Amino acid sequence: MTTVNINVHHVTRVEGHGDIVVDVKNGELIKCQFEVVEAPRFFEAFVRGRPYHELSHITSRICGICAVGHSTASLRATEKALGVEPSEQTVLLRKLLFHGETIDSHVLHTYYLVAPDFLGVPSVIPLVETHLEVVQRALKIKKLSGDLCAMVAGRHTHPIAMAVGGFTHTPTERELRDMQARLVDARADMDETVALFSTLPWPDFERETEYVSLKKDDEYAYIDGTIVTSDGFSYPIEEYRKVTNEECVPFSTAKWTHHNRESYMVGALARFNNNYDQLHPRAKEAAAKLGMKPICYNPFLNSGAQVVEMVHCIEDSIRIVDELLTRGVQPENPPAVEVKACEGVGSCDVPRGILFHNYVYDEDGMCAEANCIIPTNQNMANLNHDMKVLVPQIMDKPQDEIRLTLEMLVRAYDPCISCSAHFLTVTFV
Amino acid sequence: MGKPKVAFFDFACCEGCQLTVIDALQTHVDLLGAVEIVNFREATSRQEHDYQIAFIEGSITREQDEERLYRIREQADLLVALGTCAHLGGVNALKNLHPLEDARRWVYGDKADWYPTYPARPISAVVEVDAIIPGCPIDREEFIRVVKAVLVGKKPPIPDYPVCVECKKKGNVCVYELGRPCLGPVIRAGCGAICPTYGAGCEGCRGLIPHPNEDAMKEVLDEFGLTLDEVMGRFTMFNTYQVQEQAL
Repeated sequence: MTTVNINVHHVTRVEGHGDIVVDVKNGELIKCQFEVVEAPRFFEAFVRGRPYHELSHITSRICGICAVGHSTASLRATEKALGVEPSEQTVLLRKLLFHGETIDSHVLHTYYLVAPDFLGVPSVIPLVETHLEVVQRALKIKKLSGDLCAMVAGRHTHPIAMAVGGFTHTPTERELRDMQARLVDARADMDETVALFSTLPWPDFERETEYVSLKKDDEYAYIDGTIVTSDGFSYPIEEYRKVTNEECVPFSTAKWTHHNRESYMVGALARFNNNYDQLHPRAKEAAAKLGMKPICYNPFLNSGAQVVEMVHCIEDSIRIVDELLTRGVQPENPPAVEVKACEGVGSCDVPRGILFHNYVYDEDGMCAEANCIIPTNQNMANLNHDMKVLVPQIMDKPQDEIRLTLEMLVRAYDPCISCSAHFLTVTFV
Repeated sequence: MGKPKVAFFDFACCEGCQLTVIDALQTHVDLLGAVEIVNFREATSRQEHDYQIAFIEGSITREQDEERLYRIREQADLLVALGTCAHLGGVNALKNLHPLEDARRWVYGDKADWYPTYPARPISAVVEVDAIIPGCPIDREEFIRVVKAVLVGKKPPIPDYPVCVECKKKGNVCVYELGRPCLGPVIRAGCGAICPTYGAGCEGCRGLIPHPNEDAMKEVLDEFGLTLDEVMGRFTMFNTYQVQEQAL
């Protein structure tokens, strides 16, 4: 009878510390879980007492990869609490910056972290010898997305110019024109990217689950909107707790969540499944080439959905830069803010999925309570349920192959473990 | 002699400094040829424990972290603090402004005992540190400069003059003129004054210069009608550990 014992200490090529533990005795699955062992950082506790204008700069430091996402959700929470309305120009610049981070994160994940598994190498570095053009393309897209973020906010990790109500810096027309040319040029790189990823042999595995994301009527939602699920539920952002239902689990510094089923999934695949109609036509073409259509139940194809989103974000960035150039970009001072006792919830669909920041401020504008719910936490239960279904299907294979397949599954979720361990639950009194 | 073997490790942090390293290496591929990276969990599944240079990102927040850090110190000939969390404690040390039990209960409720933690500290509070690369995150050009110096056995070129020097060289409008406070007069340069360049005041992520000119700082504050307290509040964002150590 089959006996498998796998203990992967600190899964590599993911952001943060997580371990896989699998124990199969005599063909029976005894234990199978992904454990988050990252040191907790207590952001929710220590932002209390900090002034409203510091919150986005502090919470950006939750995560080096999703720094723009955390800043945006943080600013939206503060703005909604204080009743600050960002200008049209600010909304456009934020969307553009957000696309920069989505492309940056997705190219890092698909090319640097996922592709080496399929090409049988430990990292992207040996690919310089064997697949130079692939590495060069990845570097070029990565540089483009980093430069796009830097043009708007000074840098990607951690954005400088993002402030409550606006930006402390504006890109010049010259910078926008140069960026436009590079974005148009990147279309060819996207075609090559789609061609490369459509040849990869994604593991054949499906498990029906619930997908949760933001949704908007008029665009593929990344910032604001309503919360929707593929099981047909819909909630205003302020009612996020009805979806997340967090609980502590003893082997993990990340909390688990569930909604209509025992678990749900967030991230690129969830957005793809819920918001396919609002994708740019070129992104839909990319999906067709990757053999993807909604609703797709293969979690390994989260990486495929990231490729589709990269195409979408390049196209939408071209559109936004066009609009900025047409209307002209003016330096705008962030609006004056009147502090008061208040509460607000901000939500964005960051590269790894839907993110919530919820703050309460006192009458002096100091943070009194904070709660943040991170995409990776929301995916933990779903990942573990996937593993429990996947392991029995592959347990007769060589142990090394089982280990690699499970590591690939963990990487497909693109877990951002440093985020997940930094924000756990808190109950508002 | 073979290429020096280099390893990257992290403790409590956002991993943004290691991401910045990945970004820096993209435009300095020559450096990849000069060293051998044997441990960099975020970027490669290669994990070996024979190395000469160790870069550490993150603060120390648990007993178990100390043991891991001791082992790294024992192995490494040269140990470098990478970024503010390792160098100063950074935002992690904001936790130290609250009673520890309160912070734990606030986040984990009645499950707090599952998650051990103690006040956050820089790695220099636990082991000897040979070099620092300051910043939240690190500056990628400065990272390259430091690595190149270290590889030829030179002292890392970390400035001991304030951010104002770099800011003036760039011809920036002083952010005080824009009505925003800034710690530039007393904080260590080397970042190219990037925050003031993008219209935001310096938040002090690189720590104080060795002999900060407090009088000059007070003069600036007087001119713009601000008090030292108002600016010190800002200073604690990244320097709480240092403020508390001084108060002891």
